[in-house]
Amino acid sequence: MTSTTDPAAQAIAEIRPGATPAELRCSGAWVLHALGALERHIAELPVARERELHIDASAVSAMDTAGAWLLCRTMRRLEQRGATVHIDGLRPEFEALYRLVTSRAPAKAPAAAAAPGTLERIGRSALESLRGAVGLLAFVGEAAVALARSLASSNRMRWRPILYNIQKAGFEALPITGLLSFLLGIVIAYQGAEQLRRVGANIYIVDLVGLSMARELSPLITAIIVAGRSGSAYAAQIGTMKVTEEIDALRTIGVGPIDLLVLPKVLALIIALPLLTVYTDVMGILGGMVMARPQLGVSFATFLDRLGDAVSLTSYLIGIGKAPVFAVIIALVGCYQGFQVTGSADSVGRQTTVSVVQSIFLVIVTDALFSIAFSWFKL
Amino acid sequence: MSGNVIEIEHLDTRFGDAVVHRDVGFAVRRGEIFALVGASGCGKSTLLRETIVLQRPQRGSIRVFGTEVVGLDDEQALPLRRRWGVMFERGALFSALTVSENVCMVLEEHTDLGPALRVEVAAVKIALTGLPADAGPKFPSELSGGMRKRAALARAMALDPELLFLDEPTAGLDPLSATGIDELVRNLRDALGLTIMMVTHDLDLLWRTADRVAVLGEGRILGIGTMAELSRSDVPLIHEYFYGPRGRAAREQAWNRK
Repeated sequence: MTSTTDPAAQAIAEIRPGATPAELRCSGAWVLHALGALERHIAELPVARERELHIDASAVSAMDTAGAWLLCRTMRRLEQRGATVHIDGLRPEFEALYRLVTSRAPAKAPAAAAAPGTLERIGRSALESLRGAVGLLAFVGEAAVALARSLASSNRMRWRPILYNIQKAGFEALPITGLLSFLLGIVIAYQGAEQLRRVGANIYIVDLVGLSMARELSPLITAIIVAGRSGSAYAAQIGTMKVTEEIDALRTIGVGPIDLLVLPKVLALIIALPLLTVYTDVMGILGGMVMARPQLGVSFATFLDRLGDAVSLTSYLIGIGKAPVFAVIIALVGCYQGFQVTGSADSVGRQTTVSVVQSIFLVIVTDALFSIAFSWFKL
Repeated sequence: MSGNVIEIEHLDTRFGDAVVHRDVGFAVRRGEIFALVGASGCGKSTLLRETIVLQRPQRGSIRVFGTEVVGLDDEQALPLRRRWGVMFERGALFSALTVSENVCMVLEEHTDLGPALRVEVAAVKIALTGLPADAGPKFPSELSGGMRKRAALARAMALDPELLFLDEPTAGLDPLSATGIDELVRNLRDALGLTIMMVTHDLDLLWRTADRVAVLGEGRILGIGTMAELSRSDVPLIHEYFYGPRGRAAREQAWNRK
């Protein structure tokens, strides 16, 4: 930076052999933006295997810390080859800078950490997953204990955040969940219509749409949307609070973070998700109904008439009964991943992603387990 | 080129109805450590942000290196921004990168250094700010407050700037770390010939490092000069600032050292 703005100092930085083999001459502006070229030049420099070398730096017109470091590095490399190196002619101000850099610069370049091998990576990620699973289990336990304590003394229950969360995760999700399940109903009716028309079983479109929506698809699509909408928000909110030490602040005030942040979300979702599922049931079947009339000639009246026989109360309740289980999974995974955030903005993003992926994964796995269990009990 | 690195004239800033600056003007000379002081909320940081082209004043002129910066967009400001470094109050280190990567990133963007030399230059900068060599591979969240400030300074100096802006370089530090920063600022200026403009509340830092100080208050410059000159000022607000209980202690300490 010293006189870098002076045009005379902008001469190209150079290092080249001097008059005798034991001499090197440096010239020009040894400043940051010139160093890329200079470095490559130094690497190609033929240096005589002399025991004693002189670097003549009297023609150096500008120097900054980076330039001083390059000079210092060049000298150290030459010395490593067993030569004794003297630097002469450096201007006093550059001399001071050079001394400062030489005295502070680390003796050897910081070694980059060796990249782990394949086996190590597999091992590490396996351990990581195991730790994650154990951590989630511990978190579920903690939340259960907190819930038990809250239930034991009813005045510890925080109703206001529960209601707030019901509004956020439930009421405000009505448009998107309704629209998507309506479209899903249309798609299923359209796909089914083709097959049913062939065998003349047009009226069974009601069974197809009604059962598949009420029993399987509507709870699943609702859970997936809520996981993407609210589960991620939980992770991001708690994660950011962790970064800004708000979680620690809560603890010191004597408010359990789980009591305040996790339980209301879990309870709110346990209430909101079944309600949303009832709503998406209605919207999905409505979608199927709208599609059945032009495709198969099943009128709305016939459709509704058949619906009561097609979808038994058990099937309907099984569909809705899954929702609270999904709700617990989504809320707990979202909150757990939020608490896993460590100190950086990057980590908030990472854990939010993990929370969505993990909760959708667990929701679908649980749904499959439900199917196996129901077929076992012949429900 | 004139001896002034920064020249501010007739600067007006308003947020809605609130007037922050009214006809503010001063100049920062090449090679000096210039400090901007004043009570909280008097618009010091706003003035700093306007100088580094993050915010736009309503009226007035700010020239840095002789170039008018008011109204520049990011692209136009780039050549200037490569010549100055900024250290933000809370460090603003990229939390996803290690300290060394934070410095390397700047070098990678703006120079054609090879990867190895980049890492070495970063190590030199980190060492210059007084951080131990093992701080390089650490993440900002693993560092103490004082170390984070130093790391932020290392990043600000990555491109060997001619001008350094420091926003509250000692805020939130213990006295020992703050003293370390005092010395660091002085040493950097002396060794590298930097011009430094800082915003601070720290009277000790002012006594120890600042060549000239401007006191901002009531939307204008109340006084400008060396600490010794300002401490003799009879403007009530300045007097209060320097002769409050904390100001007195810092001043006495400064006298005792002399």
